[in-house]
Amino acid sequence: MATRVIVLGGGVGGTLAANLISKQLGSDGHVTVVDPSGMHVYQPGFLYVTLGQANGRWLAQDERHLLRDEVDMVIDRAIRVDPAQRTVTLDRGGSLGYDYLVLATGSRLAREEIPGLIQGSHDFYSLEGAIRLREALRSFPGGRIVMGVAGIPYKCPPAPVEFVFMLEEYLHKRGIRGKSTITLASPLNRAFTIETTSKLVQPILEQRGIELATFFNVEAVDPDKNVVTSIEGEELPYDLLVLVPPHRGAKVIEDSGLGDERGWVPVSRATLQHEKFDTIFAIGDATNLPISKSGSTAHFEAPVVASQIAARIRGTTAKENYGGRVMCFLETGHRQATTIRFDYEHPPVSPRPSPLWHYAKWAFNRAYWVTVPQGRVA
Amino acid sequence: MIAVQPVKTIDARGMACPGPLMALIGAIRQGKVGDVIEAWSSDAGSRTDIPAWVAKAKQELVSVVEDTRYAKFTVRKAR
Repeated sequence: MATRVIVLGGGVGGTLAANLISKQLGSDGHVTVVDPSGMHVYQPGFLYVTLGQANGRWLAQDERHLLRDEVDMVIDRAIRVDPAQRTVTLDRGGSLGYDYLVLATGSRLAREEIPGLIQGSHDFYSLEGAIRLREALRSFPGGRIVMGVAGIPYKCPPAPVEFVFMLEEYLHKRGIRGKSTITLASPLNRAFTIETTSKLVQPILEQRGIELATFFNVEAVDPDKNVVTSIEGEELPYDLLVLVPPHRGAKVIEDSGLGDERGWVPVSRATLQHEKFDTIFAIGDATNLPISKSGSTAHFEAPVVASQIAARIRGTTAKENYGGRVMCFLETGHRQATTIRFDYEHPPVSPRPSPLWHYAKWAFNRAYWVTVPQGRVA
Repeated sequence: MIAVQPVKTIDARGMACPGPLMALIGAIRQGKVGDVIEAWSSDAGSRTDIPAWVAKAKQELVSVVEDTRYAKFTVRKAR
């Protein structure tokens, strides 16, 4: 009988892992992807929708079309995992048995955790949010714009910095830059989590007249007074507030007792195997690893999980371990970008921003659908 | 000296900067006033970043104990 592998989540990591496991196991394995929507969303596109550089249509595709024919797909929400019985309970009833389980459940926005955030702020962490913010920016008459972070970890660490750079260019084009201030409120004592990248971007922020407020961890928003306060005891007034919402792990992780207090799955940093359950692996945002929550991380982790599971089924030694590899682009506006590449052993050294990286990012955005989910780029 | 018993210990050894500080900020955010939190970090950046944040956030740095391979930061949630 073929070994049953279930992958929870049809995002970057889940889709690629399912395709690679199916390819490696052939008829020895039977892979099923369980996803609540059945749609695969390219989340890096939200930022471009927000700034009016793309419409939302290219951001979603039918997950079925991205999976190998041999991979089964169930459109339903997994509500409980029982590691002892090796079953996954589905929202519409019924359950699926597994021999190996891959948790690619991503992260969940917890906007309700910050008082006033829902009423008083915008974000670009969902397509709806990106469109709402796009419309708010289109009718913005000029004033104080604050970009802040309401919880760490969050998806795509460069996004707030990219947003303020792209916003600065956008306000110029609309002719209201002179009537506007932009403040990047960073949770740290620098602009970006990675020190070397911070040293590169901070002078550019200064050149563009973008203010930097440091050690500002959002505590609450007062939508009546248009003020955002920090747990450090400071406040920033705003006319338009954009916040990265707090993130948590998926509800099924929390409800099944598979994660830590925020729902992140504790895994081995090399094998991505669950610290307590031998037959469970996790990738992408779902893990508790102290590295970027990004599609890039999931992309580089998926082959490791495929290799680890295939080796266990075959009784061989896995060829691949995860070395912490991440590669992100960072848009710096005015058709320039830089990159951030690192792993567990090598801190990033970002190149000077140039048009080359900006156009490379655009090419990657366009090529995504026919390359990444199928494992055509390593 | 009276030993301070932490309500939570964050073992952030092996986590790169700014992981230990972020874990501490998260614990302070979720804790109650008066809670004592201990953070262990092997990252050199934490030696300056954690005291700097504690001062800015008007929390209380109870002690910093240096070990050969990591430092233990004990912080009380003061507000």
